[in-house]
Amino acid sequence: MDEINKQLITLIQSDFPITDRPYAAIGRQLGISEQEVISRIEEIMKSGEIRRLGASFDSRRLGYTSTLCALHVPREKLEKAVAAINSYHNVTHNYERNHYYNVWFTLIAPSRERIGEILMEIEKAAGVGPVLDLPATRLFKIQVDLPMI
Amino acid sequence: MTPRPFVDIAAQVGMSPEEVISRVDRWKQEGTIRRFGAMVRHQRLGYTANAMSAWDVPEGRSEEVGRILAAAPEVSHCYERTRAEQWDFNVFAMIHGGSPEECEKVAADLARKTGIENYSLLYSSREFKKISMKYFIE
Repeated sequence: MDEINKQLITLIQSDFPITDRPYAAIGRQLGISEQEVISRIEEIMKSGEIRRLGASFDSRRLGYTSTLCALHVPREKLEKAVAAINSYHNVTHNYERNHYYNVWFTLIAPSRERIGEILMEIEKAAGVGPVLDLPATRLFKIQVDLPMI
Repeated sequence: MTPRPFVDIAAQVGMSPEEVISRVDRWKQEGTIRRFGAMVRHQRLGYTANAMSAWDVPEGRSEEVGRILAAAPEVSHCYERTRAEQWDFNVFAMIHGGSPEECEKVAADLARKTGIENYSLLYSSREFKKISMKYFIE
């Protein structure tokens, strides 16, 4: 990745201009044209280093609640459990991890009641559980950009 | 992609572009929008190891320890969470590095700084899902 692309990613990660012609504003900062900014971003998105360009909302301020869930799933039930978990649009992240609790996912929903329902449905659908439900009680740092390496 | 993205959004929701820009701006300032910009795939940018570190912190110390963990540049997220049965840990920090060894070094350093000895590093071996939440579609 060339230096301009690194600078471009750094810039648009944290400081995307909310203006009529944002790519022109970015171009002025980097000394390249609006069109070059657009085609570089398109290229970076195509290669997968940027997954999305847009707003990330504070779920609590929109009246939603979130939690981190952990689950022990035996190997033979893994496929079914992952399909059940991933079927919810409320599940945004889901990872296999090297632990007795081998499936970890995050859940965002309009209420704690809805979270309880979804977790019961997952347990029932996949014949697994109980799910550990670990809502946050304090936030120290959220989704901070990492330096480009 | 088009040069005037807020004009495109305005057309879709039936507002003027100025109205869309001022709303997004206001949401950003009041914190409803946490950040606006590119979401990167860290793995593709050289952060090939990501460890979920989980720490067993005495309740009275969680604020202080959480702040120390959060101050590390390799940590992207840090939360205190409720405890659960058969799970010893209550403070979580996502550590990103170029290798598991790098993550382990960061964690060992944080253990020294915080004095918390009981911690565990859980590495992701597979990504089953990673999306952005779509709100208000229920």
